[in-house]
Amino acid sequence: MKASKAVTADRPSQHGFLYRLNQNKVLLIMCVPAILFFLFFSYAPMPGAYVAFTNFNYNGGIFGSPFVGWRNFEFLFTSGQLTLLLRNTVLYNLVFIILGNIIQMFIAILLNEVACKKFVKVTQSLMFLPYFISAVLVGLLVYNMINYDYGFLSNLVRSMGGDMPKLYSDPNTFPAVIIIAKLWQSTGYGTVVYFAAICGIDASMMEAAKVDGANGFQRIRYITLPCLKGTVIILFLFAIGGIVKGDFGLFYNLVGTNSVLYSTTDIIETYVYRCMMNTFNFSQGSAVGLFQSVFGFVLVMVANGVVKKLDSDYSLF
Amino acid sequence: MSKNKEVAVKGTRVKLDKADMFIRGFTYVITSIFALCCLFPFLLIVMSSFATEESIRRTGFTIWPSEFSTFSYELIFNAPDMIIGSYVVTIIMTLTGTLVGLFIIAMTGYALQRRDFPYRNKISFYIFFTSLFNAGMVPFYLLMVQVYGLRDNYLAVWLPLLMSPWLIILMKNFIKAIPHEITESGKIDGAGDFRIFLTLILPTIIPALATIGLFIALGYWNEWYNSSLFLTSKIRYKPLQFHLYSIVNKVAALKSSVAGSMLVGVSLPAETLKMATAVVATGPIILLYPFVQKYFVSGLTVGAVKG
Repeated sequence: MKASKAVTADRPSQHGFLYRLNQNKVLLIMCVPAILFFLFFSYAPMPGAYVAFTNFNYNGGIFGSPFVGWRNFEFLFTSGQLTLLLRNTVLYNLVFIILGNIIQMFIAILLNEVACKKFVKVTQSLMFLPYFISAVLVGLLVYNMINYDYGFLSNLVRSMGGDMPKLYSDPNTFPAVIIIAKLWQSTGYGTVVYFAAICGIDASMMEAAKVDGANGFQRIRYITLPCLKGTVIILFLFAIGGIVKGDFGLFYNLVGTNSVLYSTTDIIETYVYRCMMNTFNFSQGSAVGLFQSVFGFVLVMVANGVVKKLDSDYSLF
Repeated sequence: MSKNKEVAVKGTRVKLDKADMFIRGFTYVITSIFALCCLFPFLLIVMSSFATEESIRRTGFTIWPSEFSTFSYELIFNAPDMIIGSYVVTIIMTLTGTLVGLFIIAMTGYALQRRDFPYRNKISFYIFFTSLFNAGMVPFYLLMVQVYGLRDNYLAVWLPLLMSPWLIILMKNFIKAIPHEITESGKIDGAGDFRIFLTLILPTIIPALATIGLFIALGYWNEWYNSSLFLTSKIRYKPLQFHLYSIVNKVAALKSSVAGSMLVGVSLPAETLKMATAVVATGPIILLYPFVQKYFVSGLTVGAVKG
């Protein structure tokens, strides 16, 4: 595939730049809406990162506010705020990545062993359902289950004679709620991806193993798992590349402005959002955001470099 | 090929030993439990939306309420302009956004996969780079509000959801699978690039359009984030999910959502009202889900393969 690309593409230009431009006029014009879109909504905000180096006031605007150098960053570091946000964001993501991938792979492998296609289809559909709903509804579903006064689980625990902990005011146990909600929402999605990868395994290998008398455990251990190794490593590396990016919708709809929980549930995105909407501290919000962008960029580059070394077919660029 | 497979499967059915039986039984139990866990919270919301407020006060949210009532739905639809307005806003945004976004994405995806388009790598990188690095939320917010002046403007919600680098790459990979000869034959017949795209390519990529269109539509339908940033209380008709967000989180919004209706001498059924609004706001997407989910699955599996 790559070879054929190289043959037709990048022919030495026999003509000048303007000639080439004219030759490809229509294709270029077809790209213009997308180019403008990313110019206005992705590139245009970039100079605005300057806010992170100012003491922003709304009337002065981005470039009319006094310049303060690195002071916002210094404050965030010395106050421990940035460390806390970074720790929470990274730890949650690590749990999501590790637990999530194990569960997704586990279910995909199991589903692959089921002969009844109808069963596979129905369970996959049901598991995929939570992926379709808004974060707002996820927040409400969780509230429905665990709130102390009326929650379904509180009620269940109470009817069995126990006492439900007040989860919404307990920063030590609330992370578990977030993790379960996240796994609940993302497992179906990941299972579909892994299931597709497993279906891509050469069927003749499975059949040969069956003929040779390998049982289910042996087939999983010696065929499915080794065949998935590549996919797992690559998904894992890219997940590491995105480890400083949090799932804003989930966290904000579960925690909101419930400050009792911040110490263990505040992630970079929720902090930045509050800086914009509640505390109007645009400078510090921007500083945290810029730190996240730069750090995240470096991580993606490193992850991509490693993937490229392992298997250049899978690298992003 | 598939016939062979069937024969092989039938052949092995005889040899099902204890390990296989165990794995199968285990799978049926575990996946059934998990699938039910995925469904249960939805049932709970629907059932509790039909409960009376007193029964929830007494026994909490249950899967079979002790007293049924449609009071909260009556409240919502007694002064229906709020919910209908939200529906109209959301449907218009979803339809127009999906059509416009899909057209631009398909056009761009087609141009970028053309092997004879010399700028394709540069433009691809220009688009792709935005997913690697961004300025962060604050500069984006300030630009939208202070420079573009889009506060309290539906465009602030509509525009950013039109496309994403990921969807363009996905479309590019879809179109790449179509033989280049189609384009060549169009060229020989003297058709221009845009005409080739419109008359020869678009009809052949309908499954891709369905998949990517559904991703865009889902983005619009579930949108609440940009609304919460850019739409203040001056906007009466909020997009549905943002309407739900306001009702869940703000007592004032909850009260005003049923303003002017029959709440004289009766306390506001806050809990059931939240649940009923959730059902009304999410219902259509759940009802459509069985018909559209296969397109999502195909999108995921294509998207997982990098081209």
